[in-house]
Amino acid sequence: MLDKEGIAKRIAKEIKDGYYVNLGIGIPTLVANFIPEGMDVVLQSENGLLGIGPFPFEGEEDPDTINAGKQTITILPGSAIFDSAMSFGMIRAKKVNLTILGAMEVAENGDIASWKIPGKMVKGMGGAMDLVASAENIIVAMQHVNKAGESKLLAKCSLPLTGINCVKKIVTELAVLDVLPEGGFKLLERAPGVSVEEIKNATAGKLIIEGDIPEMVI
Amino acid sequence: MNKVVSGADEAIRDIADGMTLMLGGFGLCGLPENCIAALVKKGVKELTCISNNAGVDDFGIGLMLKQRQVKKMISSYVGENAEFERQLLSGELEVELVPQGTLATRCMAAGYGMPAIFTPAGIGTEVAEGKEVRNFKGKDYLMELAFEADFAIVKAWKGDAMGNLVYRSTARNFNPVMAMAGKVTIAEVEELVEVGELDPDHIHTPGIYVHRIFQGKDYEKRIEQRTVRKK
Repeated sequence: MLDKEGIAKRIAKEIKDGYYVNLGIGIPTLVANFIPEGMDVVLQSENGLLGIGPFPFEGEEDPDTINAGKQTITILPGSAIFDSAMSFGMIRAKKVNLTILGAMEVAENGDIASWKIPGKMVKGMGGAMDLVASAENIIVAMQHVNKAGESKLLAKCSLPLTGINCVKKIVTELAVLDVLPEGGFKLLERAPGVSVEEIKNATAGKLIIEGDIPEMVI
Repeated sequence: MNKVVSGADEAIRDIADGMTLMLGGFGLCGLPENCIAALVKKGVKELTCISNNAGVDDFGIGLMLKQRQVKKMISSYVGENAEFERQLLSGELEVELVPQGTLATRCMAAGYGMPAIFTPAGIGTEVAEGKEVRNFKGKDYLMELAFEADFAIVKAWKGDAMGNLVYRSTARNFNPVMAMAGKVTIAEVEELVEVGELDPDHIHTPGIYVHRIFQGKDYEKRIEQRTVRKK
């Protein structure tokens, strides 16, 4: 079973040289730490920056320089800053190659729910609806089951949707799965020490298992 | 053309109960702190505020929420404000949650003189309820209307008496698109410079969009999530 960093490490392997990548809040943010050295990747922050750098050294924080999670960051050489409309313009126009975000639920048709639990939690969708509606390459990073032990990979989402038919791949603490265009979660890899049986038990939606499922290499 | 006013109190003098305001900023970054303080002091009520976030409990728009000056918030993300969430869940506060890109582009549309935009954000979700959907080249788009705001209040780094503005780093965010969208736009700046000092090639908001400008003071620039690494 993977911890959060393990999930981030596995997702980092999906990033290719030359990619512009948008990382969501939470586990996706950690992915930045595992981008292989020498790989030319530019991170986009939807508050208006291409070229997110590492956290500043203590005492060098700049309140004017934050990421979409409102964390203090640095700006790399070659960066560009722009307003919020242009930021989502480049997202809508599919200039960003890969979007990695968290979710509360994903359905076997690629629907995603991530922004609201009616009557309990209303934080808002932020940029997630814009991202999932336009991005062609969306990976969801999340836990396979929620705190109550219920599967988050469902036949149909129960929570209000963020977007429809959009998630292409899911990486959880248990597995890597593709969401097939015709519907269903296709099991690609098992986390170290996790059996296919455990993944079956944790997946409520249609799980497709073909042949031997290899263990992840991280 | 001299648009300089003495300060925040004069800049907001005719903002009245029931008006719609745009407030620039993302999180606590790039907030018009001086004007927010003046609005709290003035005590105007029943406001509709268009702003990406609602501040935190004791900073930004959170200060106006605490005094119950806001009737309706139009935002994309309001997660860091407990008082906001309380007023929302209890029904005291009306909230329209708008996808962030839609929010920004509805401001932009107003500033570009366009009545509406078409965006795929929100298709198939509750955001689409009651809205016109148009299909272009096989894909559905929602029609979203340009915002109308009585006042837009923005924060810039530098500005001049003509109203030209330059922002700094990610404190730019929503400020330029909101500056373009107000019937009246107020800009508070960290430094008011002489006309001619700003390079025309480097101006982010042309002065034509700005009606009142002043040099703000005592900026706190609070950091919401201080993240650092060790040397």
